[in-house]
Amino acid sequence: MNVRDAGATGDVPAGAPVLLTGNHAVAWAARLARPRVVPVYPITPQTPVLELLTEFQAAGTFDAEILTVESEHSVMSACIPASLAGVRVFTATASQGLLLMHELLHYAAGARAPIVMANVNRTVASPWAFWPDQTDSLAQRDTGWIQYYVESAQEALDTVLQAFRVAEQALLPALVNLDAFYVSHALEPVRVPAQDLVDAWLPPFDPPQRLDPAHPSSWGNVVTQAMYQRHRRALEDTMARVPALAAAADREWAALTGRAWGVVERYRCDGARSVVLALGSLCGTAREAVDLLRAEGQAVGLVKLRLFRPLPVAALRAALAGVHDVLVLDRDHSPGLGGVLHQEIRGALYGLPDAPRVHGLLAGVGGVDVPVRHLAEALRGVAQAKPRNEPAWL
Amino acid sequence: MTALPNDEPAMLCAGHAACPGCIDALSARHVLAALGPDTVAVIPPSCMAIIAGPQPYSSLKIPVYQPTLEASAAAASGLRRALDAQGRRETQVVVLAGDGGTYDIGLQCLSSAAERNEDFLYVCLDNEGYMNTGAQKSSSTPQHAWTGSTPAGKASRKKSLVDIMAAHRVPWIATASAGHLGDLQRKVRRARALRGTRLLLLLIPCLDGWGLAEDAGLATARLAVESGAFPLLEVEDGERWSLQSAKTRPLADYLAVQRRYRHLTPAQVAALQDEVDTGWQRLQRLVVMSPPPLAPATA
Repeated sequence: MNVRDAGATGDVPAGAPVLLTGNHAVAWAARLARPRVVPVYPITPQTPVLELLTEFQAAGTFDAEILTVESEHSVMSACIPASLAGVRVFTATASQGLLLMHELLHYAAGARAPIVMANVNRTVASPWAFWPDQTDSLAQRDTGWIQYYVESAQEALDTVLQAFRVAEQALLPALVNLDAFYVSHALEPVRVPAQDLVDAWLPPFDPPQRLDPAHPSSWGNVVTQAMYQRHRRALEDTMARVPALAAAADREWAALTGRAWGVVERYRCDGARSVVLALGSLCGTAREAVDLLRAEGQAVGLVKLRLFRPLPVAALRAALAGVHDVLVLDRDHSPGLGGVLHQEIRGALYGLPDAPRVHGLLAGVGGVDVPVRHLAEALRGVAQAKPRNEPAWL
Repeated sequence: MTALPNDEPAMLCAGHAACPGCIDALSARHVLAALGPDTVAVIPPSCMAIIAGPQPYSSLKIPVYQPTLEASAAAASGLRRALDAQGRRETQVVVLAGDGGTYDIGLQCLSSAAERNEDFLYVCLDNEGYMNTGAQKSSSTPQHAWTGSTPAGKASRKKSLVDIMAAHRVPWIATASAGHLGDLQRKVRRARALRGTRLLLLLIPCLDGWGLAEDAGLATARLAVESGAFPLLEVEDGERWSLQSAKTRPLADYLAVQRRYRHLTPAQVAALQDEVDTGWQRLQRLVVMSPPPLAPATA
């Protein structure tokens, strides 16, 4: 079937599966969410998101102000005041683009602007490369954005729509991360929900405050030390509510569509002594490794972390209760430390009585292939291995 | 001297944080008064951001969004589109930025917004340096001027923002000065009636950064115009140039009142005078070569 044409004409059958790439699933989600302003800049491998949205607009099926500005920095610079003016805002980027936005990511969260952005996880230069690697978005962990990581095109579509709900409830921006090519470009059957369903799911964005000459108020003026700290504490208090908001959104989405993804997903974890823990598309490989070892009678499972920021510490601790060894996979690299997720999980479990031992494995850094059998071997051996501080490479 | 009646609505309130005698605040007061209350301002880090006031205070009676320093035109674009999406096309978006935020770090997104012809008025309050950080050079600082980062005088020449924006063929560009208030007010009213990317470049003599007496701001602004260092002009669609001032006195009169030029040799003064003369001749050629106006040039 001609997927692009199906997407552009807007005639996909609601609720029935069609073949879409992760990028096109994201564009469909954005269209269904009815954002009014979409500043966007092309970058491999995100470009198909931009192109399909502009095709929707040209075909008259997407009523948004699309700004094709000169850089990702200007994309986010335009997103923030648009959101503060009281309209729903969407954009998408990848890799260098996300890094160029870094200053504005902080600014958006500080401004409590519930922008939703899709990021296609791609290696960070130099040297130049275009492969799946999550260093780009993990390096934004302290910017105050909610961060999701998805494994499939369907999950990408559903998560963009869930992210709008959660972001607007919390008044925080949200980033939905999908791995380059494995998710962004792979064609998969995707169910596109009906517009009516999404309209009921996302009522028009109506923030309590906005930039409006009828009710003049300002954003960004200089504050005192005490005001600044109070603002940060309010941000933290809101972040603390996000795991529950995300879980509720996922439950309600499941009631409407039959699809739930969890904030943290446990896959074949019943009675598991060793589990692998990962973000995004690596979970697909990990599922196969777990199936392989379960077939051998080994007590192993997968914990998939879908919500990375805020880190759902309580849900993680519950998901790992009774587990003896956790093998944390990092498709990212923090030079001098190893894997970002490895450190995050060690922090989340620190001080927990009978905490699992945490092993880190840099797996698929730079987009190198992670064969199922290599992962299965690592997971099989983890119970006999001693956790190390220094990075280990698969 | 006669006092002019002031029947403009006060959009800039008393008690703001500008230096005593500041021309920035005076200029912004008249720009905002002419734009009226249905306006949203975008003010990047600059002297104007200080004048706008710290939270929870505001010296402006309109909403203000303070973007990052390099992002004013991009922020104004996003704000404009959000207002358009809400059917608020009559609401004016005005940027009040300094020369550092315009000529230097903000030029990339200004060029992009101009290329898209985004609908906002961009006012550059040009005090020819980073005055809010204590007077360092920007690409708007004139040649030979002392700043905190050019202690021996700036080696290179001032960049022409008017020519850069004219090359983008935006609908309207003008220069103005609080020293010629009637011209400034007429130009803001004209800008308000137009749509698309409009640039108003205001020369702001900085009392501290230029080394001026506290009461010398307006007189210095007038000397800049009368010496031809800062011609009052308009450019429509990048090709119809018109002049609203005449060159009536030597540049030395303008330089002499500023401490930043105190170290100049007679040869340097003569070279700067040559540049002003050459620039003025070029402007006159551009005016003569301009196609006839499409519409009367009155607001």
